[in-house]
Amino acid sequence: MLKLVGVKKTLGTQPVLRGVDLTIPSGKLTTIIGRSGEGKSVLLKHMIGLLQPDEGQVWVGDVDISRLRGQPLNEVRKRFAMLFQGAALFDSMSVFENVAFPLKEKLRMKGPEVAARVDEMLEQVGLAGMGHKFPAELSGGMRKRAGLARALVMRPEIVLFDEPTTGLDPLMAKAIHELITTMQRTFGFTAVMVSHEIPEIFFLSDYVAILKQGRIAVMAPPAEFIRTTDPEIQEFISVGGPVVLSGAAASS
Amino acid sequence: MRPPFRFIQFVKQLHFIGYKSTFVVVLTAGFTGMVLALQGYYTLRKFGSEGLLGSAVALSMIRELGPVLAALMVTARAGSAMTAEIGIMRITEQIDALDTMAINPFQYLIAPKVVGGLIGVPLLVALFDVVGIYGGYLVGVDLLGVNAGSYWTSIESAVEWKDIYGGILKSISFGLIISWVCCYKGFYTRMSAEGLGSATTEAVVLSSVVILVWDYFLTSILL
Repeated sequence: MLKLVGVKKTLGTQPVLRGVDLTIPSGKLTTIIGRSGEGKSVLLKHMIGLLQPDEGQVWVGDVDISRLRGQPLNEVRKRFAMLFQGAALFDSMSVFENVAFPLKEKLRMKGPEVAARVDEMLEQVGLAGMGHKFPAELSGGMRKRAGLARALVMRPEIVLFDEPTTGLDPLMAKAIHELITTMQRTFGFTAVMVSHEIPEIFFLSDYVAILKQGRIAVMAPPAEFIRTTDPEIQEFISVGGPVVLSGAAASS
Repeated sequence: MRPPFRFIQFVKQLHFIGYKSTFVVVLTAGFTGMVLALQGYYTLRKFGSEGLLGSAVALSMIRELGPVLAALMVTARAGSAMTAEIGIMRITEQIDALDTMAINPFQYLIAPKVVGGLIGVPLLVALFDVVGIYGGYLVGVDLLGVNAGSYWTSIESAVEWKDIYGGILKSISFGLIISWVCCYKGFYTRMSAEGLGSATTEAVVLSSVVILVWDYFLTSILL
């Protein structure tokens, strides 16, 4: 469903992506890891057409979006949602209005129909009764939950998560991770997450990919990934503590 | 400009650009009219033409000072806020969020501001002209003793429709300049607090300079 072929991108004079080849499995949670400044968020933005590659293609289904603009790109984007690092909630709107926004703007839904769908979504992310609050009144974790509700309210096929737990305490980060995996399993969307939360992501993800020197060095299920022999990658994934795998992944 | 037309967004912008600038425009207009009357009175008295004070104040306000000063006030108050608002939305990825929702940010964010500027600025200029003329009346008639009848009569005989059309044309083009420049600077701001500060300053300076330069060329065409 989502495939990057030979994607290269230079920002200013700095080459960031040097030929990324990556196929994201449908209906699975794939996490992209890598050192800071490697271009993980840049890679994620290519997947939804916020950035266009200097070379290479980005395939969403059978559409190459690497050169698309305007309405044709928007048609493809309707299949996506994205949770930004800072949640990117509209600060002039309440939580309810933020979540209702895509329903009103894109589906032209109105009144009780919108309210029912938004309330249901807020309840699923643990923000029931918080709809009247404004983003400035929310904690970091609550903002991420509200952002997640807004991302999922349109029932997207593909959801991109850009460092969803950055700036959160470990307990809140764990809660957000659990929420993402629960939602992914409930709705069955294809999820791509950029994260620094090692080793936790090995427990959560179906696939892990590492971006190294502008290329995907390894992409594999967690159990296979941790057996990589590259000493740099081994050091990178074990520096935060021992890698813990989910039961199914460990047995495989 | 393509559908969907966002009427509520447009009304919000008209309220922000127009209504919320009313106080500063009225204050500026009042004192501008008053100082014009003061200066004009002592100049005209040398020629024994105090009776023409009304026309001097009104023509200055309608042709030049109304459109230019109101536009500069709107730039300082609303234009800078437009740049800051859009710039913060850019830095906090709210504009990217609109993009990911397949909502055109130009259509959603920029178009209502441009239309708000196109309609709001001419309304403020009209207000500026009226308040300025009354400010001149206050000083010229009530303070300096110019005959009230001659103040209004000289305005009626001197001001022509082409002066008013010229003022309207100027104010519409200034509204476009302010909203266009300020939205552009905010939309393409650098991704830092310093970048946003510079963008806001540049927006105000560039809008003001373009307004003054464009005013000269438009005046030379209209005369």
